[in-house]
Amino acid sequence: MTQQDDDRAPRGYHDLGGVGGGPVDMTEHVLEPWEKRVDALCGILVGKKCRLMTIDERRDAIETLGEDKYTSLKYYELWMAGTMNLLIEKGTLSQDEIDERMDQIRRRLGLEAEE
Amino acid sequence: MSARFAIGDTVRIAERYPPGHIRTPYYIRGKTGVVADVLGAFPNPEERAKARDGLPELPLYRIRFRQTEAWPDYDGDPGDTLDMEIYHHWLEPDKPAERSG
Amino acid sequence: MPTIGDHDHSHEDHERTFQPDEEDSLGYYAIAEMAVRELLIERGIFTADEFRRHLEVADHGNQALGAKVVARAWTDPDFKASLLRDGSVAVAEYDVEMLGHTRLYAVENTHDVHNVIVCTLCSCYPKPLLGLPPDWYKSRNYRARVAREPRKVLAEFGTFLPEGVTVRVHDSNADMRYLVLPMRPAGTEGYTVEQLEGLVTRDAMIGVTVVGAPV
Repeated sequence: MTQQDDDRAPRGYHDLGGVGGGPVDMTEHVLEPWEKRVDALCGILVGKKCRLMTIDERRDAIETLGEDKYTSLKYYELWMAGTMNLLIEKGTLSQDEIDERMDQIRRRLGLEAEE
Repeated sequence: MSARFAIGDTVRIAERYPPGHIRTPYYIRGKTGVVADVLGAFPNPEERAKARDGLPELPLYRIRFRQTEAWPDYDGDPGDTLDMEIYHHWLEPDKPAERSG
Repeated sequence: MPTIGDHDHSHEDHERTFQPDEEDSLGYYAIAEMAVRELLIERGIFTADEFRRHLEVADHGNQALGAKVVARAWTDPDFKASLLRDGSVAVAEYDVEMLGHTRLYAVENTHDVHNVIVCTLCSCYPKPLLGLPPDWYKSRNYRARVAREPRKVLAEFGTFLPEGVTVRVHDSNADMRYLVLPMRPAGTEGYTVEQLEGLVTRDAMIGVTVVGAPV
């Protein structure tokens, strides 16, 4: 059977078993504070108290960000991107209010706005 | 749903390629293995990924594959194995008659 | 819109979570996290305190707990039997709470079998016992290779198994979270549980290495 003769969905870009690659880079970086904050935020949203989303939904959200993002974003950037998409999709927050708050925070911290 | 397969049963992983959040890795679809453990019932994560409840719970099994079944070109020891968990709806009895039905 | 009071309050929360001497790259997603967190706290979805508690877990990890469980299994046959029968039940006395529907599943290394863990679909890992996973465990190359060429990957970690040892890869693709119970090294007969704990490494509990004999 070939890929063309049926309607099979393509292999997900996250579904890596056996794909092959180069040597495993064993360098470990100490997690930066922002990475731990993302871990904590995502953890709390799937936790027993909030149950705002499931881990399965977050994974699905990451698996639908697109291959470019999947391969270029850092691990916790992916988590945050997936989580934001879900919050917006569920109507919990809007993109506009997130953007507005991000601007406020950048001003507060004295950071230049990104593009 | 109660378990339909028992430890030692030979099973085949369905050769399906649906879209969505799928927990059966691509590389193992269509392969044959043996039930190594029966783990109880769990909600279906493929449903929960789409904000549904994933009920009824599905039996979950640990299936053991020979590496040479998973990868025909496997060049380690022929006794090496690969274990993973497969939810019930991905399993088929390894009987050709039922397989094609 | 938040009141000025709310605003000042969340501002203080940030100040307290920063360690000024630590590198903290505040890129787009780091700022997005702050924004989302502030908005959700203002909505009452969770509190700043609850967030801090989650942050402590991410901060400290609990790698030592895995080593404690392994050393106990080496010295207490009943505990070992319980751990291999149902990992979640066995570790409940350590106040370990597995996340969501996940359960702990321990696999034992023996003279005949060596186990190694991977998650080819994402990065599933027994966090309550081992803390947050190392970079390499989440890396593309590890995930893409170890299920297919485990012996080559083990060799990169400096692990060469004796002839006749079966390699058993576990692809952590669903609800079990795997812990490798390494073999107790020779030469540790008179060791206390605490001394044994000190020998157990994270990598041996993932299965990419073995616990070496004491030097």
